[in-house]
Amino acid sequence: MTNVKEKGPEVTLTPPRDTGKGLKTQEMVINMGPQHPSTHGVLRMELTLDGEIVTNAIPHIGYLHRCFEKHSEAMNDYAKVIPYVDRMDYVAAMNNELGYAIAMERLMDIRVNDRVEYIRIIMSELQRIASHLLAIGTFGLDIGAFTPFLYCFIEREKVLDIFEKASGARLLYNYIWIGGLMNDVPADFKSDTAEFVKSFRPKIKELNDLLSMNKIFIDRTANIGVLPEKVAINYGVSGPSLRGSGVHWDLRRDDPYSIYDRFDFDVIVGKGEMGTLGDCWDRYIVRVREMEESLKIIEQALDQMPEEGDVHEAVPKKIRPPAGEIYCRTETPRGELGYYIISDKSTSPFRVKARAPSFVNLSVLPAISIGAMVADMVAIIGSIDIVLGEVDR
Amino acid sequence: MKTTEELHQILSGQFGEEACELKADEKVAPWIIVKPDLIRDIAKYLRDEKGLRFDSLMCLSGVHYQKENELGVTYHLYSTTEKHKLTLKVIMPEDDAHLPTVEQIWKTADWHEREAYDMFGIRFDGHPDPRRILCPDDWEGYPLRKDYQVQEFYRGMKVEY
Repeated sequence: MTNVKEKGPEVTLTPPRDTGKGLKTQEMVINMGPQHPSTHGVLRMELTLDGEIVTNAIPHIGYLHRCFEKHSEAMNDYAKVIPYVDRMDYVAAMNNELGYAIAMERLMDIRVNDRVEYIRIIMSELQRIASHLLAIGTFGLDIGAFTPFLYCFIEREKVLDIFEKASGARLLYNYIWIGGLMNDVPADFKSDTAEFVKSFRPKIKELNDLLSMNKIFIDRTANIGVLPEKVAINYGVSGPSLRGSGVHWDLRRDDPYSIYDRFDFDVIVGKGEMGTLGDCWDRYIVRVREMEESLKIIEQALDQMPEEGDVHEAVPKKIRPPAGEIYCRTETPRGELGYYIISDKSTSPFRVKARAPSFVNLSVLPAISIGAMVADMVAIIGSIDIVLGEVDR
Repeated sequence: MKTTEELHQILSGQFGEEACELKADEKVAPWIIVKPDLIRDIAKYLRDEKGLRFDSLMCLSGVHYQKENELGVTYHLYSTTEKHKLTLKVIMPEDDAHLPTVEQIWKTADWHEREAYDMFGIRFDGHPDPRRILCPDDWEGYPLRKDYQVQEFYRGMKVEY
């Protein structure tokens, strides 16, 4: 097979060699994606294969690139950027909005009241559960376990119902605004959320029985795609993928924003229970256990949430931040989402750069996939949990 | 944990007063402007020196300062052991924008530098794979420059709709 690439690093294939059994073997290049069910969107992996073994992997991204940063600069209002940040990580839109809103509030020195803070925390933790459910479900699906995917989606629907009642939308909300929220939560928000928390706890156990401790699943994920701690930090990997390598690092605890310092929760890390520390199973189980921690945070937040407070109290009429710049990062379900915003005192941003966690996490893929089988590539990509909308922005 | 002012003192002691300039008059956060040629040495020093240990590059962003005809690169650094942050900036003339890569120091920079090249046309000397990353290889122009004009046709397809 010939090298189909037009430009880029030259892939040198080893010359054909004799296996000693009267058969000749040679490396070959294949494209996995962009239309491949396991690439979670449109990612193309250019794999060099020696039989079934991956000897080189080059990710090609950009198929979903729409230059959100240019769009932001063209908006004549900072608030109009929020629907665009929704569309970056479209399965965790609340967390993207929260990060942007916090960055802008720090830049403009706005303080929001406690009711807004608590609603934001509850929303973003619910979103984290929904996002992890999707990650877990599709990860199982990639590996061949179809049933857990449906179980996960049943639960995810319940979270989306709560969001729909509050914001009117199920996927892209535009709910968290700079200085407040789009509107207050409906009257039955507290009871709905409490009911979800109550009903969801036993489901995590069910999920563990169904998938996490499944022998076939463990065989497919343990000892695969091992990401050592040093490599992870040097590549800037963050979120569950980093914690899967045993690094105690969570921005909610280590660089607290909003009101996360008021809650009691654990930072879950991988322990190498089923194989080597930092393998696909560790990254997977971190997500499962993090959902329990999110439930803990939601429960505490529901207890503490004040009944009074105007959610529009601090929403500025005209957003005109002082000249200056800020880099603000928050923990989304995929890791560290940073916004670098430069203001030139006008009503439109001079520069908005998003440091997307999926973009950075994906860059580690070549480093951990060399030596793996083709089928394991599917597991590795699934365990990193990328969203291509965010990779390409 | 060190403040930007302290870090500036350390850097100017090591690399000379003219190599780095402190900007602390801004409201939000101070930063240090570094000479382009020295960024690699300074980055290596910041990562390896005891007591500094900037082991993580949070973000690397290109910026186009159209009024000044300059391009800039901003580095946001963090130390996971010492827990301090630092913002470094490099400013270059628009028509000759190139600086040494820091890819060998922080691997995070690999894709971020490719993105800065893709979007702003900043060249990173010594980068092992200096290709465009988000746009196609044969795209014309650098989209995030303020004076960017989108090409009319791309391979026979109309771009503006």
